[in-house]
Amino acid sequence: MNVLSFDPELCVGCHICEEVCSDTWFKTTDVERSRIRILDEGTGPLQAVFCVQCGECIDVCPTKALYRDRKGIVRLRKKLCVGCLSCVGFCPYGAMFYHPDYLEPFNCIVCGQCVKACPADALSIVEEATPAPTVTEQWETVVG
Amino acid sequence: MTAQGSRRVLAEFTYEVPPVERGYTNQILYVNLSNNTITAKPVTEEMKEKFIGGRGFGLWLLWHGVKDDTKWNDPENEIVISSGPCGGITQYPGSGKSLVVTISPLTDIPIDSNVGGHFGPLLKFSGWDALEIQGKAEKDVIVVIDGQNGRVTIEEADDVPADSHLVGHWLINEMAEKEEDRYFMSVVAAGSGAEHTRIGCLNFSFYDRRRKAPRFKQAGRGGIGTVFRDKRIKALVVKSPPVRGDSNHPADPERIARAGLRLHKEIHDHDDEQNRMRKRGTPYLVQIMDDYDLLPVHNFKFGSHPDTPKINGDVWEARFSQGLPDGCWYGCTLACSHAVDHYTVRTGPYKGQKVIVDGPEYETIAGVGSNCGIFDPDAILEINFYCDTYGIDTISFGTLTAFVMECYEAGILDKEKTGGLELRFGNADAAIELLHQMARGEGFGKIAGQGVRRMKEYFVKEFGADPQFVQDIGMEAKGLEYSEYVCKESLAQQGGYGLTNKGPQHDEAWLIFMDMVSNLLPTFEDKAEALHYFPMWRTWFGLCGFCKLPWNDIVPPDNAMTDEPAKIPAHVQNYVEIFSGVTGKEVTADDLITMSERVYNFQRVFNIRLSKGLREHDAVPYRSMGPVTVEEYESRAERYDKQLRELLGLDPEKMTTEEKLAALRKYREEQYEKLIDAVYARRGWTKNGVPTLETLKRLGIDYPDVVEVVKKHL
Repeated sequence: MNVLSFDPELCVGCHICEEVCSDTWFKTTDVERSRIRILDEGTGPLQAVFCVQCGECIDVCPTKALYRDRKGIVRLRKKLCVGCLSCVGFCPYGAMFYHPDYLEPFNCIVCGQCVKACPADALSIVEEATPAPTVTEQWETVVG
Repeated sequence: MTAQGSRRVLAEFTYEVPPVERGYTNQILYVNLSNNTITAKPVTEEMKEKFIGGRGFGLWLLWHGVKDDTKWNDPENEIVISSGPCGGITQYPGSGKSLVVTISPLTDIPIDSNVGGHFGPLLKFSGWDALEIQGKAEKDVIVVIDGQNGRVTIEEADDVPADSHLVGHWLINEMAEKEEDRYFMSVVAAGSGAEHTRIGCLNFSFYDRRRKAPRFKQAGRGGIGTVFRDKRIKALVVKSPPVRGDSNHPADPERIARAGLRLHKEIHDHDDEQNRMRKRGTPYLVQIMDDYDLLPVHNFKFGSHPDTPKINGDVWEARFSQGLPDGCWYGCTLACSHAVDHYTVRTGPYKGQKVIVDGPEYETIAGVGSNCGIFDPDAILEINFYCDTYGIDTISFGTLTAFVMECYEAGILDKEKTGGLELRFGNADAAIELLHQMARGEGFGKIAGQGVRRMKEYFVKEFGADPQFVQDIGMEAKGLEYSEYVCKESLAQQGGYGLTNKGPQHDEAWLIFMDMVSNLLPTFEDKAEALHYFPMWRTWFGLCGFCKLPWNDIVPPDNAMTDEPAKIPAHVQNYVEIFSGVTGKEVTADDLITMSERVYNFQRVFNIRLSKGLREHDAVPYRSMGPVTVEEYESRAERYDKQLRELLGLDPEKMTTEEKLAALRKYREEQYEKLIDAVYARRGWTKNGVPTLETLKRLGIDYPDVVEVVKKHL
């Protein structure tokens, strides 16, 4: 499966990725609406926060709104989401985001727009093995 | 939504589903089963201001629905179900509770029960802040609230099963056409056991999307299921419009979301190292209670047992299916509603069926397990399953069966009197058969199903039992069976049970650790303050639609460093934010307590109106205070001897055990009376336990009919 990859050595901290992401999905350039966040804590290299497609949130979602699509990407069925934000609180990477203007949370679904826009080539899409099935996915095979 | 279009409709009411405004729909659904009427009643500003919702609405409506001499089985008795203004928000764990209020067949006064499942929130999203049911049907009926189409019906229900797990399957098979239809439906049902006993409970369903099956939570205490079946209700069904993140239309959604995110994160980061609620739920308590000598064993005689590891949290963690979001409402990441899947029933009418057993919870394990000397997890599961589906409260069942077993071992009962059941401690087969007899309404089960208080009278009258002995060991107060904690060494918790409105249920106050372990309440004034604050605080959950568990079964890592760690100040602040965020009314932490005080005092006056609620009714059995028997004393002789020496200046070496028992008893009973004096004073009540006029005025509930009740006792 494809996931986003970040090289802190190359990142120049321009935040263009955040603006492009926000513009792609919410038609506005607002970091708070980006599915990727570049953090500069002042010491050490810059860090990036984005969904690594681990799927832990799938088992936390009470409505089965979160699922892994055929390409392995963790996606949200908005129609099923009740906006409980469990996934936001439980993401081990802090990469499921909440914004008060929207009922549903959002994560990186590897669209690649930020990769194209990054002037320093710090972002790329790489191939990784799909993680083992979540409990939810295993349960589907039990009850059909 | 009539199933297959075939069920006879006795009454129909159509309505426009109103939007929820800041947590309220501002109307109540009133259903009268005697004359088949259905109407909408307004929610007044006074109701919202003074009684908030949930248990407050329930008590207010019940007060106006009944007479001074109304009994539980009179037609005017009501069952009121209401969630509360915050019920149905999805962002904060534990925000989907329903509160049920009725006059109890066990206590003859109002009982309130706080229950999970989806019914209350879906009722609200279908347009109703509360459902108020009065009257009695001639034949079995169901009430169907269709919030998708704005239609309420009373329908004949000959074809609807009585037992709850069957009702659950009936619901999803007959009332829902597609898988998605099941998501926003919920049913309330009781069972055949509720019909033949006074300890009936209600099951509230939610649809488990992964198991693709209905699950149930129980409104357990006080016999509400018995009232439900007495009204000849088989089931209440609600079908709501789809739930969204803003279905409760709060004034400030972001404020709620921020509080929710804080708690989700806290649970994610710390639950594993704290109580492991997500993995084992309330059974985590079993071993802790045993370690501190607080786990009821053999009808509360003892507080621990060598076999406890056979039924402790480790065992249940292995039996529960793991990794599923087992919340009983959306967004509860504390997720304690665990289940044992694929359990094969081994006795009774459903023998051989593979079922989901919801739970067991701590109270069930302690009640039907250790308290009855049963340390077999499969027996506990069998009893748990049948209690639920028969609509029987596991706590009352556990406590009353333990009482029966002690009476059996004391020679008050024998095989002849029990119809062949050898009800000794540890005999799981006999306990299970007793349960089946309750459901069939026959044999000794019918007698036991009347509850401890009525059994005591019966055993004295019919079997010549010693009245003092059965009074001492029969663990009930106000007619309600005790929940499952040994409180002999915690005076504050003796009050926590005895000085309750509804009877000895720990959801008002649980002070054992503060008092006994941490010694934070050394004086009567300290104890009284705790018995003011905590019952009020815990009452507040039930006004708003909250669960108590996310308040203190997870705590912030720095909680111990705060001024008052027992209150969990950071979480109290979360609730302040949420209440303000939902209703748009700015409140403080103190305001929350005042809201509860109002409802709590109103309930006390309600008890007085129904001829209870005075000091004499706050008496507790001596088993809850200290050792009743020689065996009990001698099992903890070192502890008790030390107390005689240090507290009373006596020399136990020179005393017989009987003398020591009597001396300790005299001391402890005096302590309890002093505690009552201190608590009543703190609560603003007279020495007889009556709220004073000043108290009623201060709280703004000095309504003429309330004052009239109180005046007779001032």
